[in-house]
Amino acid sequence: MSLALLFEQLLNGVQFGLVLFLMSAGLTLVFGVMGLINLAHGSLYMIGAFLCAAVAAATGNFWLGLMAGIAAAAAAGALIEIAVIRRLYDRDHLDQVLATFALILILSEGVRMVFGPFPLYLNVPDSLRGTVNLGLVDYSVYRLALIGFGVAVALGLWALIAKTRLGIRIRAGESDREMIAALGVNIRALYTIVFALGAALAGLAGALVGAIQSVQVGMGEPVLILAFVVIVIGGIGSIKGAMVGALLVGIIDTMGRFLLPRIFGAFMETSQAMGVGSALASMLIYLLMALVLIFRPKGLFPAHG
Amino acid sequence: MDNTRKEWLLNAGLAIALFAVPLWALMANEPFIITLATRIAILAIAAVGLNIALGLGGMVSFGHALYLGIGGYVAGIAAFHAFNGTPVMGLSGTNQMLPIWVIAMLFSGAVAAVVGALSLRTSGIFFIMITLAFAQMGFFFTLSWPAYGGEDGLPIFVRNQFPGMNTARPWDLFLIAYGVLACALLVFALTRAARFGAALMAIRQNPDRAAAVGISPYGIKLVAFILSGMITGLAGAMMADLTRFVSPAMMAWTMSGELIVIIILGGVGRLFGPVVGAAILVGFEVFFGGLTEHWKLWLGLVLLAVVLFARGGFIGLIAGRAQND
Repeated sequence: MSLALLFEQLLNGVQFGLVLFLMSAGLTLVFGVMGLINLAHGSLYMIGAFLCAAVAAATGNFWLGLMAGIAAAAAAGALIEIAVIRRLYDRDHLDQVLATFALILILSEGVRMVFGPFPLYLNVPDSLRGTVNLGLVDYSVYRLALIGFGVAVALGLWALIAKTRLGIRIRAGESDREMIAALGVNIRALYTIVFALGAALAGLAGALVGAIQSVQVGMGEPVLILAFVVIVIGGIGSIKGAMVGALLVGIIDTMGRFLLPRIFGAFMETSQAMGVGSALASMLIYLLMALVLIFRPKGLFPAHG
Repeated sequence: MDNTRKEWLLNAGLAIALFAVPLWALMANEPFIITLATRIAILAIAAVGLNIALGLGGMVSFGHALYLGIGGYVAGIAAFHAFNGTPVMGLSGTNQMLPIWVIAMLFSGAVAAVVGALSLRTSGIFFIMITLAFAQMGFFFTLSWPAYGGEDGLPIFVRNQFPGMNTARPWDLFLIAYGVLACALLVFALTRAARFGAALMAIRQNPDRAAAVGISPYGIKLVAFILSGMITGLAGAMMADLTRFVSPAMMAWTMSGELIVIIILGGVGRLFGPVVGAAILVGFEVFFGGLTEHWKLWLGLVLLAVVLFARGGFIGLIAGRAQND
């Protein structure tokens, strides 16, 4: 095992973590502000990827596709919020889980009806093709760009929440929704905006990942579950927690899959070590989440004290 | 007619219908319908298990597919070793359903004890997520563990045996499933009627008041969670024998979701809620699945409508609210 390979895997872990952050940021905002568990967040990721792939294929321009993916996911998010989600804020978690589970069924089948049962393919834009030399390794430009995107969005989100009027309202909504409604803020509109914002981030994540994976129905759910792991580890409602959790999950998952089979290989027969190592590696982040919940039941950065 | 009476009549009607339809199918030589009824009965058993945790105890476990899968793998692995004549953990494999059921319940109960003991320290969304996390661990473990088929799953070449029955015949298998379902419903009813059930429901309704009258929530919830996991594990072993196949898909998070959906469609905490819910789900899949490949869209719409507008599910719709709700 070379240092270069290790470094490359570490970068992959960071890149994966930043994609997870894009997913988790919306999820954690929606939970923090509206107290809602949204299982359908993965469907918005899927919608972003599908629209991006379709528009990019039609126009030949990845960036137009990306815009379309973000816009479609945000629009779908706003629509869902107004039609369904709005009725769930006062309900218990069980109803929220079920209603958004129903939304997954509806949206997945809806996408299948519109785009057909076959996966779509989305090419990496020409300007981001190839590799770049980082000293130790030649690394994919596109993956490096994903890291850049993730960091830029994280900074933008921080600025939005810390520095703008909308951000002040979002934070106020998190701590006391009755009070800000009484102060004359249109809380319904605020909720729709927050939901659409989260949806746009999910759509962005889906569109970006669509270029390195195939775009297919059901692509959102594995990422959704990881995003839940992220926000539970980080502390539900906390953007900072989502960032830390996402990087932890991304790096631990990637490095676990890379290192564990090799570690077991040191004192086991190779095929057996592969089996044990990869089995353990795929469970690693869930183990981490269980540990965090047992010792810090509110996550690493609890949002509400 | 008061609601309790209505619910009793409805339950009796359902119990008879679930027996009469496959009986008719036996006369009419329609084995497919008998197998469907068996599937409904087994899914209902799994959901009866979840109904103890979710309906009586208010514990929203989003990971009950784990116990279904454990039961399934116990049946699959026992049959695998019986077929090969190789020992497993020092014991020989078996192709007898009764010992397999006992082992399946012991294993799923033991896992539920660990999962419950850790998860019940949390509540609300954290409980939902940690139960999901444990089920995902099981899912990925079976997915990447090559000894018993891994991703490809494990076929059961010859269905396991039950004394006095020919399990290869659909009707015999249905009778077994129907009998076990009756036992599971009896356990549910007895649990609900017992002091233990009253304490469990009191904790669900108001944990602080329950604690104030001297009921310790943690221990009671844990016992209910273990019982719940054992019944679902039993259903898993039977499900494996019905399909003669076990795969990680039994532990997928969508399966956990489906078990919750069954309970919601039927009616949370209602004795026959799981039976109705399982019948609706399987009926929907077969009926609408035959009409359109997009049947899940319609299932989603129905589910959404039930959650938004018809809380209480089918039984709640017919027999009104539960007495103690």
